[in-house]
Parts: sequence; structure tokens; C-alpha cells
Amino acid sequence: MRLRQGQYSFLPDLSDDDIRVQAQYAIDKGWAVSVEYTDDPHPRNSFWEMWGHPMFDTPDAAALVYEVNECRKAHGAKYIRVLAFDASAGWESIRMSFIVNRPAEEPGFRLVRQEGEGRMIRYTIESYATREPEGARYA
Amino acid sequence: MTTEPAAPQTGPQTAPQTVDLAAAYEASGVREVLKELDDTMIGLAPVKQRIRETASLLLVDQARRQLGLATETPTLHMSFTGNPGTGKTTVALKMADLLHRLGYVRKGHLVTVTRDDLVGQYIGHTAPKTKEVLKKAMGGVLFIDEAYYLYRPENERDYGQEAIEILLQVMENNRDDLVVILAGYADRMDRFFDSNPGFRSRIAHHIEFPDYSNEELLKIADVMLTEQNYTLDPAARTAMADYIAARRGQPHFANARSIRNALDRARLRQANRLFNEAAGPLDGTALSTIAGADILASRVFRGGLDVDRKPAKEAAE
Ligand SMILES: Nc1ncnc2c1ncn2[C@@H]1O[C@H](COP(=O)(O)OP(=O)(O)O)[C@@H](O)[C@H]1O
Ligand SMILES: [Mg+2]
Repeated sequence: MRLRQGQYSFLPDLSDDDIRVQAQYAIDKGWAVSVEYTDDPHPRNSFWEMWGHPMFDTPDAAALVYEVNECRKAHGAKYIRVLAFDASAGWESIRMSFIVNRPAEEPGFRLVRQEGEGRMIRYTIESYATREPEGARYA
Repeated sequence: MTTEPAAPQTGPQTAPQTVDLAAAYEASGVREVLKELDDTMIGLAPVKQRIRETASLLLVDQARRQLGLATETPTLHMSFTGNPGTGKTTVALKMADLLHRLGYVRKGHLVTVTRDDLVGQYIGHTAPKTKEVLKKAMGGVLFIDEAYYLYRPENERDYGQEAIEILLQVMENNRDDLVVILAGYADRMDRFFDSNPGFRSRIAHHIEFPDYSNEELLKIADVMLTEQNYTLDPAARTAMADYIAARRGQPHFANARSIRNALDRARLRQANRLFNEAAGPLDGTALSTIAGADILASRVFRGGLDVDRKPAKEAAE
């Protein structure tokens, strides 16, 4: 099941050049771009691991693409996303977020039903991948 | 949240049949850069010639790519060799502008670094430092002053080696993203290339910066003063010519930079003189004229270095 989170997730995978053009748009707006990765793609997991620091003073987006590729070398079997932060409001708000790398197999999520009192049912979803311990997910 | 991401790039266009080089030259704005180079920099004939050649090469390469005859980005990394103060940093700025106008770098800024900006102090420090600098320079030109200090053969565990390896990788893999210029003394650079053949093979353009003649240095003094609305009176001009001849033979002579420093001190002495001597109101001419005495007071005429010279560190400017 293809993970649909952030921008462009209904499009085919972005090429490095697509990524560069998107990140350049963010940089030209004065936003800081950064790279994050995870092997726990639950939609409520907002805390992906940071790959290095956000880039504040790199005028050209080739720098971002360079870090995406460095991150792929280390975490190529995981999800990697690019974020753009806008600090102009006085706090960091996310302006852009898009996935730039996916595992070869995306097992998706299962629906879990929990029966409560009075035949009440709670629903939740669980990523199949997180049944494996950290580090062993996505092979 | 509204975002308007840049439009995705359009597909390949069909290749044209012919290319108008003269029109491409006019449209690129290269003429202005070359003219500025000619107007603002005295002498340097061989350097200017090499830059003109490089510009032609790149224009032709562009034309070839438009016709589908070439596809690879040419190697643009360069070495600028010459003694201190011969204009290497200044020309690198112009080179960045040129490459930007020709479309070989996307932004055209110049990032100037020395060994200390690239090499760390402890294990694990160097790679992030070097990468940070490279990322800043992407889209522009990275100018590494006295590049040979990266290589210290006397210490086999020197962290410089790590910086060299990352540099070489990025110079090869990210040729579309940045141009690297290595600068320094010619003889040391030669030895550096001998022990680091990886660099030699990745550098396509070697440009040598000759020392300036005494006449050129005097002209440079004129240019520098004109920029700041000062002039030399006839006695000062003669004194400056003598100063240049004497200064050349003394330690730490640094071509045009020595001239800039000498003029800074002459302005200081002029200000002092005006302050001490002026009895009435001063006009613009008085305020902007350097007199012979302002130059002749220099210790250079007494066979020594000026005690008030700036520290040697400025060589890394
Ligand atoms: N040909 C020249 N004409 C005018 N000024 C020059 C020339 N060459 C160098 N300068 C001036 O001399 C100073 C030192 O030049 P720089 O480019 O820093 O030399 P380098 O990098 O070779 O040590 C700068 O202030 C520069 O503006
Ligand atoms: Mg310099």
C-alpha cells in the first residue's frame, strides 16, 4: 500500500531534479529545508528522525538534494521526507512536506478493533511494519 | 496553508539546427563581465586572455549542447596560482559572475575558505565541517585559499585527508552544482598536485597570476585612490613610485595588497597632517590630496617594515 502523506504523494516518485526545484522554491521563500527519515510511518507519528540540521544558509537547493542522497545511503530502505519550515511568524511552521524515498515493500496498515463495555468498539490502525522491532523493519 | 510550488520542468525541446554564437554572446552578458574585468583590473594580460578563452569555450560548449552534440557538463574546476596580492580572490569573484551568466552555476556566489574552515579538530569533526561548506557553496564557486595546507604528509593521521576525499567526491559527482577554485603559491600548488593526482585530474583550467610591475602597481594605486575620491599630488606620485621600488625588495611584499595597505596608512598620515596644520577652513581639494610627505614618512624609506603594518593573517583575505 503506497503511503500517501504530505504533498505529491499521489504523483509518481519525484526525481532528484523535481526535488531540487521544489526545495529551491522553499529556499527562495526564505524557508529552512531539512531531511527526515523513519521506519514508523503511522500518520500520527510526527516525530521522524532528523537527518542533520535544517539548512538555513544554503542558497542553492543542490545542497538539499545532496543530503537526501546521503540519507538514502544510510537509510535507503526507509521513508525519507523533505520539510520546509517558515520561521517568519516567530515560530517554526511547516510549509511543505513531501516524501522522497520509500521502502521497496510497503505493507501498509491494519485496522484493529477493540471491543469495550456494552459492545462498544474502538478502532485504531497499526502499521504492519512496526510489528518488527526497530531496525528490522522493511528488511 | 497555501503553497504554490514551482512548476515542474517541461520536457525536452526539439534541438535547433543552427546556433548564432554572436547573439548568444550578447544575450549572455559575458561582454559586461569581461569589460568590467578590463576596466577595474590593471595589467593581468595573461589572466584576462585565459578568461576570454574560457568564456569562448563555454559559449561553444553551450551551443554544442543546444545542437545535441555534447551532453556532459564540462569540468570547470580551476587553480589560480600566484603570489599574494596578485588579484586571485578578486578575479575569482568575476569568474563566479561569468559562470553564472553563462548558466554553469545557478546562483553565482563565491564562498572563500581556508583549511581551518574545512578541517576539524577531532575525529568526526571534519566531514560535517567540509560538507557544510560545500553545501553553502553549491550553486556558486568555492574558493579554497592556500589549498595545499589541506595536505600534511608529515602527519599520516591528519584530518585534512578526510576533507580532501570529500572534496574530490563532490567535485566529481556534483559538477553541475558547484565549481571549485584552488588558489595559492605556484610552487606549493605544483607539489600539492604531485602528491594528490586526484586533484590534478579534476582541474581543467590552470591560471597563473604574474607579479605586477612597478608601473602597474603605481596605476593600481591610482585606481584605488580614485575609487575613494583621493588623488596623489605630483610629489606624492614620485614618492609612491620610489616607495613601490623600495617596498618590493622588503619582506612580506604582497603586490597590490601592499599598495592598498600603504595607501591606508598614507590617508591616516594625511588626516593627521591636516589636523595638526590646518589653520582655517579646508576645501575638498585639501581633504582629498595626498602629499609627498604623507608617503615619505613611511619606514619603507628607512629600509624597514612599517611597525604599524597589519598582521600577516590578512594574507588569507
Ligand atoms: N589588477 C588589479 N587592479 C586593481 N586592484 C587590484 C588588482 N589586483 C589586485 N588588486 C587589489 O589588491 C588587493 C588584493 O587582491 P586579492 O584579489 O585579494 O589578491 P590575492 O587573492 O591574489 O592575494 C585587493 O584589494 C584588490 O582589489
Ligand atoms: Mg586572496
